Amino acid sequence: MNPISFFILALLALITALGVILSKNAIYSALSLLAHFLIIALMYFALSAQFLGIVQVIVYAGAIVVLFLFVIMLIGGEITLETHESRPYARTAAVILGAIFLVGLLYVLAKNLGGFPEPMGAPDAGSVQAVGGPLYTTYLLPFELASVLLLAGMLGGIVLALRERKRRSST
Amino acid sequence: MIPTSYILLLSAIIFTIGAVGVLVRRNALIIFMSIEMMLNSVNLTLVALANQWGNLTGQIFVFIVIAVAAVEVAVGLAIIMAIVRHQDTTNIDEVHLLKG
Repeated sequence: MNPISFFILALLALITALGVILSKNAIYSALSLLAHFLIIALMYFALSAQFLGIVQVIVYAGAIVVLFLFVIMLIGGEITLETHESRPYARTAAVILGAIFLVGLLYVLAKNLGGFPEPMGAPDAGSVQAVGGPLYTTYLLPFELASVLLLAGMLGGIVLALRERKRRSST
Repeated sequence: MIPTSYILLLSAIIFTIGAVGVLVRRNALIIFMSIEMMLNSVNLTLVALANQWGNLTGQIFVFIVIAVAAVEVAVGLAIIMAIVRHQDTTNIDEVHLLKG
């Protein structure tokens, strides 16, 4: 990736990130989030993480954003609009706190930056074969635990949805 | 090649945008999207450093983080749906009771 395309991608990533938090309508936020995830996926490809780029597109852009859009459609647009601001100084305080946080992060980064040598990753270091090997041997236990976590999350979602329906039918 | 420091700076800024979004917005759905954005910026850091040192551990960690994020979204959105059915709002200032 040459520097010009990196700067264009970085600029687009920042614009879409701001679009997520500044949009009045939740639908526009979700669409900005989709664009943001796709741009980050492009960066993964450029950083020689091809497998993760594909996973990012499938899981984040394909599943998570669609789930967000589903919920926004189910709830209906008018509830998701913010009607009033209950705390007048909250916005200013949040921006000031965010600025302080950013300055702190940049300070820590600036102190330790510059010492990076040329990146050593091979161009095909993130292929499916290269990631799959350690994933199924060295890191097999976390991989299996992730499947248990997915099962627990699935059951949690079903229970949350079912209990609500049962209560509604009994009343 | 892009210096790793540029990518670390970019992900620091995206993380801050997400944090400010969590603080500023009152809509639970948008707060949730900001949290996803913060997770994703950390993933970008891990991928950049995996590329920097030629080590795949960071990429596998990102894989696990993506799985956890998917579970988190499923459960979190189910909770938001339950709150909406119950109280008819997604404004978290109006949802300040843990009692059902």
